[in-house]
Amino acid sequence: MRATERMTVTGSVQGVGFRPFVWRTAHALCIAGEVRNRGDHVEILATGTQAQRDSLAEALRRGPRHARVENVTRTPEALLFTGAFTIATSEAGALQSGIVPDLALCPACHTEIRTPSSRRWRYALTCCADCGPRFSIVTGFPYDRANTTMAPFTLCAACRADYENPADRRFHAEPVACPTCGPRLRYTGPATPGEDPLDSAASLLRAGGILAIKGTGGYHLACLATDTTAIATLRARKHRPTKPLAVMVADTAAACAFAAPNAAELHLLQQASAPIVTVRATPALPANLAPGLDRIGLMLAYTPLHALLIEQVGQPLVMTSGNRSGAPQAIEDETALRDLAGIADGWLYHDRRIARRLDDSVCAMIAGQSMTLRRGRGLAPRRLPLPAGFETLPPVLALGGDLKAAFCLTQNGQALLSHHLGDLPAEGVENTARQALADYQTLFGLTPALVAVDAHPDYISHRLGTALSQQRGLPLHPIWHHHAHIAACMAEHGLAADTAPVIGLALDGTGLGPDGTAWGCEALLCDYRTAHHAGRLARTPMPGADRAAREPWRMLLAHLDTALGPDATTHALALGLLPALHNRPLDTLRAMMRKGVNAPPCSSAGRLFDAMAALLDIASERLTHEGEAAMRLEALARQAPALRETLPKSLTDSGPDEPTNGQPDGQPDGRAHSHPGRRPDSPTDSPTAANTTLPHAATLPAPVPGMVFGLACTPDGVWELDPAPLWAAALAAKGRGVPACTLAAGFHAALAAGLTDLVMNLLPPQAPCPPGFTQPLLRTVVLGGGVMANDLLVSALVARLEAVGLRVLRPAFAPPGDGGLALGQAVITAARARMETR
Amino acid sequence: MAHGGGGTAMRALIDTLFLEAFSATPHTAQEDQARLPLAPLVAGGDRLAFTTDSFVVEPLEFPGGNIGTLAVCGTINDLVVGGARPVALSAAFILAEGLELACLRRIVAAMADCAREAGVRIVTGDTKVVPKGACDGLYVTTSGVGVIPADRAISITAARPGDVVLVNGTLGDHGAAILCARGDLALDVAIASDCAPLGGLVEALLAAAPNTRSLRDATRGGVAGVLSELAEASAVSLTLDETALPVRPEVEGVCDILGLEALFLANEGKLVAVVPQAEAEAALAALRAHPLGQQAALIGTVAEAGPHGPSVVVRNAFGGRRTVTMPSGEQLPRIC
Ligand SMILES: [Fe+3]
Ligand SMILES: [Mg+2]
Ligand SMILES: [Zn+2]
Ligand SMILES: [Zn+2]
Repeated sequence: MRATERMTVTGSVQGVGFRPFVWRTAHALCIAGEVRNRGDHVEILATGTQAQRDSLAEALRRGPRHARVENVTRTPEALLFTGAFTIATSEAGALQSGIVPDLALCPACHTEIRTPSSRRWRYALTCCADCGPRFSIVTGFPYDRANTTMAPFTLCAACRADYENPADRRFHAEPVACPTCGPRLRYTGPATPGEDPLDSAASLLRAGGILAIKGTGGYHLACLATDTTAIATLRARKHRPTKPLAVMVADTAAACAFAAPNAAELHLLQQASAPIVTVRATPALPANLAPGLDRIGLMLAYTPLHALLIEQVGQPLVMTSGNRSGAPQAIEDETALRDLAGIADGWLYHDRRIARRLDDSVCAMIAGQSMTLRRGRGLAPRRLPLPAGFETLPPVLALGGDLKAAFCLTQNGQALLSHHLGDLPAEGVENTARQALADYQTLFGLTPALVAVDAHPDYISHRLGTALSQQRGLPLHPIWHHHAHIAACMAEHGLAADTAPVIGLALDGTGLGPDGTAWGCEALLCDYRTAHHAGRLARTPMPGADRAAREPWRMLLAHLDTALGPDATTHALALGLLPALHNRPLDTLRAMMRKGVNAPPCSSAGRLFDAMAALLDIASERLTHEGEAAMRLEALARQAPALRETLPKSLTDSGPDEPTNGQPDGQPDGRAHSHPGRRPDSPTDSPTAANTTLPHAATLPAPVPGMVFGLACTPDGVWELDPAPLWAAALAAKGRGVPACTLAAGFHAALAAGLTDLVMNLLPPQAPCPPGFTQPLLRTVVLGGGVMANDLLVSALVARLEAVGLRVLRPAFAPPGDGGLALGQAVITAARARMETR
Repeated sequence: MAHGGGGTAMRALIDTLFLEAFSATPHTAQEDQARLPLAPLVAGGDRLAFTTDSFVVEPLEFPGGNIGTLAVCGTINDLVVGGARPVALSAAFILAEGLELACLRRIVAAMADCAREAGVRIVTGDTKVVPKGACDGLYVTTSGVGVIPADRAISITAARPGDVVLVNGTLGDHGAAILCARGDLALDVAIASDCAPLGGLVEALLAAAPNTRSLRDATRGGVAGVLSELAEASAVSLTLDETALPVRPEVEGVCDILGLEALFLANEGKLVAVVPQAEAEAALAALRAHPLGQQAALIGTVAEAGPHGPSVVVRNAFGGRRTVTMPSGEQLPRIC
């Protein structure tokens, strides 16, 4: 019997071709009725038999490729539809959440641009409902063509027909274009007259030149990734001596030919977000791509322009952000032509404007799970549904930190974490942040009632937030840095607003602690509202403050002097064991530490990594990017021979194989986007034997005898990890000639073991209800802070913690470092407001 | 040195020491106040400038000066950066019991010399001796009056887009000198404080660049501190050229080791001047022609404040930029 049902679909269901998907499905099922967008959900009225309606509902739960369906509800309706199923016009203002992330080139469009008979043959700016720019071209609200940077391009008759045909994959794809009516490619630089822009650009690259190329979210600088000289030129011109450079490849086959991604990494590469994925490098690669590292950042060609160019060049290309040193990535053509004049030899661009700067997203497989290291193009502005209890809380604007800045708005039980904005102290980034703030609030219609900032009074973000709260008369909540790191991870794993406390391990560079010292390796017993400082790394002075964060030898001296005393350090120096400290003003640094002159105490894990890297002689004189020494230390540790020999060859040759699926531990980006090009030999979506959250043994560092942390409870009741035994053992082992890679591996193992011991001491029965809490502690360890991007450490740590029956949660949606701080600040502030309103 | 009411002889000794050094005219010295004739003041301008400052420094004596010269120069410089011609100073001392008399003599003599060179008289003063431990050696408070000529309108609020920013010499010499002179940081370099009275220099500058907008002596907080205040007060944005900042190599060296920046270090003989572009060259030439401005430099430019308010930005050799912000208190590490 035919009947009508009202079906509502919630989730990430707009701007992803949901209505045409429903239209096609309904037509295929011979269902009558209509579909429309309503605010943040899609509504379907369907008339048909029970079986027809069930099939439709089932299809709705799946959704089109880029949709993420959360819920489908079905209620009976009285009226009966007859005739063809239709797409009803959306009500005004109903597309509020229709702004979705940019999507990588889809296989259908890729095939089309390579088909000479197609009218979009070699058209570099094609797109459809499944692919193309979205957030990067939005200029206003609601999301339709007039409110994108495609507005100046009037659809030709052919494109209009595509746009209006529900059966076409371009139906209602706002940026639809073709060579007749759409944006055109341009080239500035050395060229043969009359030549096609693509040909000129390809010739330039093949000749070893540097090309500025307009991407989805900004300009890149490109050169041959196989040409050491071209890379060296690019580095010299960009004043970027050591920071690893990302490489773009045509497809997964090219990725496998160039580097050594494992199955899980290939899967990540093919996400519709087309992130940069860090994968194992091979010795054949030019050494100056990622100096001192054994990993390389890869991404697939994600726009038709990139795909056409790479196909023509026939080689992988370095793709680094197109900016002057320190300045943000250029998004305007005039800026790129002017600012990149001393760097690029040619410019490949087009007249589709970029509405906002979106850096490439960066993801990695960390101890068997995917982790977002930078949220940019393709991931922003995806929202995070917040756990139970946050639905009715006042909306919060959180300003995040100063480095890897991103802000977060929470409203109606959802968190909108902004895209990566850059480092606030750098040129123009503060302005970018202010604009982005205004931009998000307009686009998403959010009106915060509370403002949250990092508690550090000298953070630019703190000052920005303070000014905002004053202007708007909103309460200001300063949030402690490391509590925010942990809370961010709690929120994305669905811990309810009134959760029992967990054990948080926050490891990073530094953040201000409530005791006025620089924290960075802390154990917190915390829920959203309260954090109790339960453990830390023993404090060390930072002689030179921020300078000590750039010059690892300073931290080596500070750690050795603190652990072993100046005499022992001096002795080791005399034995030639400390080349990093040769010809350094040691007396002055020691005086600074003694007198407390610009030598603030810190308990930083990042600085501990720096010091160890300096001991093992792999830290550069002066670090030029965040995490540089730690990344080298991790790379060195992976070379440890003891580790390799004890493992079967098959294990050492492949890393973790498969990310776990779905919320909350899943990949940052939902399902795979089957990308153009040959798929890898082992299909990514067939799980292998190693489909487990337990990290691979191959990634676990080997312990080195004697390299351990001490653990003791200080008089103020804080468990303290003491690195003194570690330093003594490391120094002695170095003296005996133990290879540096073994010591680096031993360091990782020791830290994982030390942290585990620390956690064990915090577990009940000693303190079933930690001080300040009314509920017993959960046997859950929550990880946060930038150090949690260290695969080796996290592998060892997770293995140990899980081995003793603890549940371990780690960041996936939000970056573990300061890029995720704002999310934590927002949920802490909201949860506190909840307490107050009760 | 002993304190208390009993030591009449000591009292007399100290009084004599000050009187002789500052050579106040005998008849006013007997009174409870200095008496300054009005007529010459009125002839010199239409506003009286009046300022006061207290000085505390460790060590009391350092290469290039001592607490006394700091006290005299500091107050004179606070007057002259307002366009005033200094007339007279007062000096009040708090002395700790046990302070070496010879040290006090040296300090007082240096003050007298410094004032004389600057053409300013120290006309009144006071001393108190407190028990050892109540004070650390010696504290000085100086106040000063000066006259501002009628045609001068120098103000921290007067910087305009298009103006340029000048400094009369190397940055951070005083701050670095004090750090080295403390002797406890094993900094084996001799750096002299730049402590100097800037009256003559300001007169030369104003003669060459009569439309000078703003002047500030860059003491605590350094040039960065002054410029932050200036940008805020004038509602403009300042861009500094890092490569143009004059810094002595030995100061740079000290900063490198300690993790400090010369831009933030104290000066005691440096001023920041904002002048209109049209007078930039003349101003720079005038500064360089003066003994206290030989290393003067054009360090930055003034622009319209951005949409989000005033700012101070430093542009480095590679074209990169960073915003200068003043730390709220003791510097806390900011790198995560
Ligand atoms: Fe952090
Ligand atoms: Mg003063
Ligand atoms: Zn497509
Ligand atoms: Zn067209």
